[in-house]
Amino acid sequence: MPDDLNWAIGGEAGDGIDSTGKIFAQALSRAGRHVFTSKDFASRIRGGYTAYKVRTSVDRIESVVDRLDILIALTERTIDENLDELHEGSVIIYDGERTTMQDIEIPEGMIGLDVPLKSLAEDAGGAIMRNVVALGAACEVASFPIENLDESLEKRFKDKGQALVENNQQAARLGQEYVAAEYDHDFDYELVTTDADYVLLNGDEAIGMGAIAAGCRFYAGYPITPATDVMEYLTGRINQYGGKVVQAEDELAAINLALGAARSGARAMTATSGPGLDLMTESFGLVAQTETPLVICDVMRSGPSTGMPTKQEQGDLDMALYGGHGEIPRFVVAPTTVAECFWKTVEAFNLAEKYQIPVFLVSDLALAVTEQTFPPEAFDMDEVTVERGKVVDEGEVDTWLDDKGRFQPHFPVADGVSPRAFPGTTDGAHMTTGLEHDELGRRTEEESVRVDQVDKRQRKVETAREEENWDYREFGDPDADTLVLSWGSNEGAMREGLEILEDEGVAVRFISVPYIFPRPDLAEEIEQAETAVVVECNATGQFADVIEHDVLERVERVNKYTGVRFKAEELAEEIKQAVREPQEATK
Amino acid sequence: MSSDVRFTDFKSDKQPTWCPGCGDFGTMNGMMKALAETGNDPDNTFVVAGIGCSGKIGTYMHSYALHGVHGRALPVGIGVKMANPELEVMVAGGDGDGYSIGAGHFVHAVRRNVDMSYVVMDNRIYGLTKGQASPTSREDFETATTPEGPKQPPVNPLALALASGATFIAQTFSSDSQRHTEVVRKAIEHDGFGFVNVYSPCVTFNDVDTYDYWRDSIVDLSEVDHDPTDYEAAQERIMTGDREHIGVIYQDEGSVPFEEREGLEDPMYEIPDGAPEDAMDLVREFY
Ligand SMILES: Cc1ncc(C[n+]2csc(CCOP(=O)(O)OP(=O)(O)O)c2C)c(N)n1
Ligand code: SF4
Ligand SMILES: [Mg+2]
Repeated sequence: MPDDLNWAIGGEAGDGIDSTGKIFAQALSRAGRHVFTSKDFASRIRGGYTAYKVRTSVDRIESVVDRLDILIALTERTIDENLDELHEGSVIIYDGERTTMQDIEIPEGMIGLDVPLKSLAEDAGGAIMRNVVALGAACEVASFPIENLDESLEKRFKDKGQALVENNQQAARLGQEYVAAEYDHDFDYELVTTDADYVLLNGDEAIGMGAIAAGCRFYAGYPITPATDVMEYLTGRINQYGGKVVQAEDELAAINLALGAARSGARAMTATSGPGLDLMTESFGLVAQTETPLVICDVMRSGPSTGMPTKQEQGDLDMALYGGHGEIPRFVVAPTTVAECFWKTVEAFNLAEKYQIPVFLVSDLALAVTEQTFPPEAFDMDEVTVERGKVVDEGEVDTWLDDKGRFQPHFPVADGVSPRAFPGTTDGAHMTTGLEHDELGRRTEEESVRVDQVDKRQRKVETAREEENWDYREFGDPDADTLVLSWGSNEGAMREGLEILEDEGVAVRFISVPYIFPRPDLAEEIEQAETAVVVECNATGQFADVIEHDVLERVERVNKYTGVRFKAEELAEEIKQAVREPQEATK
Repeated sequence: MSSDVRFTDFKSDKQPTWCPGCGDFGTMNGMMKALAETGNDPDNTFVVAGIGCSGKIGTYMHSYALHGVHGRALPVGIGVKMANPELEVMVAGGDGDGYSIGAGHFVHAVRRNVDMSYVVMDNRIYGLTKGQASPTSREDFETATTPEGPKQPPVNPLALALASGATFIAQTFSSDSQRHTEVVRKAIEHDGFGFVNVYSPCVTFNDVDTYDYWRDSIVDLSEVDHDPTDYEAAQERIMTGDREHIGVIYQDEGSVPFEEREGLEDPMYEIPDGAPEDAMDLVREFY
């Protein structure tokens, strides 16, 4: 059997699915195995079904697959929900003493392990530990040393006292022993351990950690799935560095709070998802017009309106690029992996301050809810740089005063970037406004000044285009006739899809684009390719649209808007299809 | 902060374009005087202005200032102050800005009780958009958009503040320069959110709430028996008084500003050149 194992626990919302799954994922990570997790929230059938899925291997994993080897089913529905993914030899652990589970049928070819989870948990000290009994049982099935689970349980429960830690460890033992004693079976699964050290985190946590690394001191937000984890990560941690998280009354306030803090000179950010971004749109122009450095993070979920709040979609690209009335200079950066969520956040803060401009950090639900392992060096803090741009102190203010001694916060400098004086700087007092203004920040409707200021703000974008690195990430065969382009979280599934395609003899060049604006010029790459395919999780192909606009050529589109992220096999199939039968684009 | 700051130091060289006689002239003068009298200077002061005739104040005053979007001045001011508690933050705007489009923020700014002052130039009309009903307009106040009046009772901003847990509630009249200045000064000195509703007449679009009306109706609380630290007395004045009161109506002397409760003292602008020294610990948390 392959060392790549897919495990899941599923039940009703409120069954402690997430925390149990996380304990197992952590145990695997501590045992030196790579982990890639995903969550099922809603369902094809109505109800509160939820599942936490773990894919683990000694090799790096970048995506989820349609296969389930070991399933802990707390409800019958959990089995029904996963029929497509279960296969011959899959092991289903369930508690046959549970009234609702007494008559369940284990599908043909699969192995059902009836383990009295609740009774054993009671023996260990309380029914509440039944999920942990199941974890112990799973360890036995997977030949996974249970000591790793002990560590993970300790981490989870140590705040609640040693007794509870030991009870849980005992519960796991009982589950393990029960399976060992009752089932005389070679399950074929073996989870070996390695000496590797990994950390396990999700995209939202990576964004939060990136913000602290970059010196973010002020965060304002309003809770919304799937961005709330950014806020919860920062809460408590940012205080140690003299910062503060503020829960605003709404997103209108959140963006304006962050804007105010940024005017005071703090590195500031806000994060939200679609519905909140709609409200924040009101102030995009103000941020740009006042030339305030601000990081606005959108963790996309399925829309429009309340859409499917716990489902994946990349539907806000147009909004990030064009949201707001008038013409708003901005940058749009979209991390493509969990680790990149960290690095792109750091970069977003530097770009915001160097160019005094709003930077949209566009992540998505698939990144936000995925817990993935990395060697700690993937977040090497020594590599973090902080570039604050043209901040002037008391000594330098003089250079920027006009002949009447007034500071000029919007002086039309050649590169477009004006001096910035934090409030409190002597002789730096100045105003700014969302109204068109002159170099002093005073309202004007004078034609020549208007044009100067629009041009100056636009020049910042041109300067950045030249000065900064807007490269793409490249994978696969650089000489292949087929070029696949994508943005955001699809990178992982596509990279794995490349391996499948390679095995089948299909050569593909894959370009993953983390910069949406400014973005790399892809004209040559598309020119060289026989077929260019743009992959994205939306219905209309928003990224494909901008690419076509850039290169004046049609591209093939692979779109998915079911609310579920791409999987590697599926993508490989779709790419083959697109190459075999290029559609004359019909848009 | 130099002691020789004069109020005119807070004046920009931009001449106000308010209509001659507009109450906002007096309101602004008092604000500048109060800022100077409390030892502030333009370099440590941050003024946030709303949108409206009133909001133009940001342009006419000299200090660090931001003139934002309609209704959102308060969150901006709170952000400024929390990120640098050493600054003197003053937010100003109209009755529409504060009690209609920004009403949600008003309630929560009051609750949050950040140490700043909020001056609402209440003319009971939308001035800038040329005379429509505002949330403080009278029930029968006829305008182009409310030909028979709004037919809704006006918002009582003081009651709204009180119900939201205000620690400082005051009201002034723009043409009573001395009292207005004195009360705004107290709002600045108050340890918390100093809210002042200013009767600041619009001479162009409001022919009901005029200078004459105010002069005839105002009761100065300094001339009657009123103890602003007495919550029930304040409640009585705010809820049942049919008189237009001016002066400090309520002040909680035990008020502790939000940022102080949160332990924020230092400006947030100073950060290291790279990640914090112990930043690898953040990574290790994920083991
Ligand atoms: C979002 C938005 N809606 C509407 C307007 C138009 N507008 C500008 S000022 C204003 C009302 C101003 O009334 P008030 O706040 O009382 O200020 P005043 O002019 O009376 O001082 C309105 C509706 C706007 N600027 N922005
Ligand atoms: S319209 Fe009214 S509020 Fe506006 S400036 Fe004129 S008098 Fe003042
Ligand atoms: Mg008004």
